[in-house]
Amino acid sequence: MPLPYRVLAVHQDTADVATLDMEPVGAAIPEPKPGQFTMLYAFGVGEAPISVSGAPVNGAPLVHTVRGVGAVSNAITHLHPGQEIGVRGPYGTAWPVEQADSHDILFVAGGLGLAPLRPAVRHVLANRDRYGRVSLLYGTRGPEDMLYREELTDWRRMLDVEIEVTVDHADRTWRGAVGVVTNLIPRAGFDPAHTTALVCGPEVMMRFSIMALQSAGLPFDRTYLSLERSMKCGMGLCGRCQFGADFVCKEGAVMRYDRIAHIFTVREI
Amino acid sequence: MSAAHALPPGSTVLGLDGLQALIEALAARGHDVIGPVERDGAIVYDHIAGVADLPAGRTDRQEAGFYRLEARSDGALFGYAVGPHSWKRYLHRPRETLFRVRRVGEELAFDVPREPPKRTAFIGVRACELAAIAVQDKVLQGGPYVNTEYAGRRAQTFLVAVNCGDPAATCFCTSMDTGPRARSGSGYDIVLTELLDSERHEFLAEPGSDAGAAMLAYLPTRPAVAADWHAADAVATQAAANMHRHMPGNGLKEALQGNPEHARWDDVGNRCLSCANCTLVCPTCFCTTIEDHSDLDGQGAGRVRRWDSCFTRDFSYVHGGTVRTQTRSRYRQWMTHKLAHWWDQFGTSGCVGCGRCIAWCPVGIDITAEAAAIVEGQSHGDA
Amino acid sequence: METLERIVLEQKIFAGLDPDIGALITGCARNHHFEPGAYLFHEGEEAKEFFLVRHGDVALEITSPGRRTLVLNTVHDGDIVGASWLCPPYRWTSDARARTHVRALGFDASCLRDKCDEDPRVGYAMMKRFTPLMVSRLQAAHMQLLDVYGRPEGV
Repeated sequence: MPLPYRVLAVHQDTADVATLDMEPVGAAIPEPKPGQFTMLYAFGVGEAPISVSGAPVNGAPLVHTVRGVGAVSNAITHLHPGQEIGVRGPYGTAWPVEQADSHDILFVAGGLGLAPLRPAVRHVLANRDRYGRVSLLYGTRGPEDMLYREELTDWRRMLDVEIEVTVDHADRTWRGAVGVVTNLIPRAGFDPAHTTALVCGPEVMMRFSIMALQSAGLPFDRTYLSLERSMKCGMGLCGRCQFGADFVCKEGAVMRYDRIAHIFTVREI
Repeated sequence: MSAAHALPPGSTVLGLDGLQALIEALAARGHDVIGPVERDGAIVYDHIAGVADLPAGRTDRQEAGFYRLEARSDGALFGYAVGPHSWKRYLHRPRETLFRVRRVGEELAFDVPREPPKRTAFIGVRACELAAIAVQDKVLQGGPYVNTEYAGRRAQTFLVAVNCGDPAATCFCTSMDTGPRARSGSGYDIVLTELLDSERHEFLAEPGSDAGAAMLAYLPTRPAVAADWHAADAVATQAAANMHRHMPGNGLKEALQGNPEHARWDDVGNRCLSCANCTLVCPTCFCTTIEDHSDLDGQGAGRVRRWDSCFTRDFSYVHGGTVRTQTRSRYRQWMTHKLAHWWDQFGTSGCVGCGRCIAWCPVGIDITAEAAAIVEGQSHGDA
Repeated sequence: METLERIVLEQKIFAGLDPDIGALITGCARNHHFEPGAYLFHEGEEAKEFFLVRHGDVALEITSPGRRTLVLNTVHDGDIVGASWLCPPYRWTSDARARTHVRALGFDASCLRDKCDEDPRVGYAMMKRFTPLMVSRLQAAHMQLLDVYGRPEGV
């Protein structure tokens, strides 16, 4: 059953993406690990699985970044501060930020994919001395589609983090790289022997990124991605989110690529 | 299937009056008693008050896409296989209210309906159905998250199994190792074997639990003798010998998981109507969907869980579109899940060999034939 | 003092190149420097020289009347600018403009084409290196076309 949460703030990131800060009205859900998702309930409309984009640590609110693409997500992005929303979870697997201790970390984010990665980036930067080189490659459709601009700038100001950004379509003012995010991979200069890559974005973008990472010598067992499938329960009971023999809500959404390499490119699996 | 040579401990024999007394005793103890009844040309599971409600002297003739009831030459009460219903409609209900929520100002107040689950008793559960219930137990209450509605009902269910004497042509429980004899420890409280000849109409009854033994002790019975056991054993042996369909065994899982582009998927995809009958009649299919409804006044809402099927286009819908747009992809998902992925997920096959999907498919698709075609054709990668 | 030949052989795209061939193609090369905003070449011009960016950012642009300049792609350190020198009619299909100070190696296209014709080993060495480059550019262009981040349409 969902727990009621109160919306504290709604920030419009782009034309159809909003970030909601929320706090529990009564009981809280267990603290989500980076990469986990919750089922958000919009009163009378329904639930949608949404990755947590900010963990409620040190007094911070629980944060979700939502793109309005259907009845439920649109209802959520149109909530006002003070209104209540139902939250269930957290569910799913986490980004391997614990296991990747002492590794170089390469984040590859496409579009809205930066949202599920953000808690992992924050965790790594908060524990910076436990990791080697840290790089984030971020690609969006256009400059107006970028998420978390202020935070990206803050990260860039940390001199020991590399942030590279590119857009598919430039506008008049964009002075940065133009082209797909995979173009950034050969230039990222990472050492495949010591790097763990965390990839998140539309499935096509993840497929191309993995090919580029593989060309650069990164093994599949140090490549992680976050999958998305239809979900109604989030608990492995409704059967919808199956991807091969795995339930994306239980064995995913974060999955190590070697586990799914054999079916990732099979049509309509 | 080797026969045990000793009379199982606690065995006893019930007459027709004993069976009637069993049904009445269960009802008296507050159980909803569900058993086979004839309705609309099929044998389905519904409430029964006594032996008179059972389909005496009826049998079923089943083939791919075919089901008819016919008269028997005797008055057997359980002389048929399985029909379109399975016990899952009483355990994993087709429709279930999960919660109600009221909106008061900006606040949401959630409320779960607290109706205690009713006691039920199932009369006439076949070995394949016991296996199916065990499979659904694993799926719905064996993992980290439990379907609490199912678990609540399941704990209040008394199972009276019946050993099959007359398998249908669509049955293949022997090759799935789930029947035709209900194995000791497979979950029944009592198992009956119908012993009918010119001289008697009785049931060998074996207890499978303390509750079952206590119930038998309460009923009018006579002690079982070796001849009863031999007669019961013959029923099971004859049933096993009359099973003519088989699911391929070795290499089935690997063949299905390793051949997602096998030409046979296109072939069956061209025949399959995507009507979802197979998932409705299958006793292990468990997929559900959630529906959220709001009241007209906008202040109340509720959530209902309903049976769903992987054959619908909506089932794999993610924003922007359906993942499995083609019928061949959805059929592949159903069959590969049932016969292969289920092993990885739950340590067992999802199929119990009941044959319902074969009989109730309007175009007569036979899961055993499809499986065989893929296993055989895989070295060439085509049908 | 760096020799031009050493600079050429240091470039990633020429890794593993036979030093003889390296010397030959260096004969077609010279150093360039472009100020920010300067054009390396214009659309429609004869592709006389192609460039290997040693340092800096270059934008490939298309302009058409009434529409603003569109940036197709940006290329950076170690990338090759321009493939049109490889096939007739040897004319550039876009503008290339320096975004920053750009240091580049320019290769005389007809000089290099002649050397490839004279010695098939040189031709093959070039083909082995430029073909994968073109293929991955094409794949990247496909992905750009797909508009993967765009609003999904119903299926």
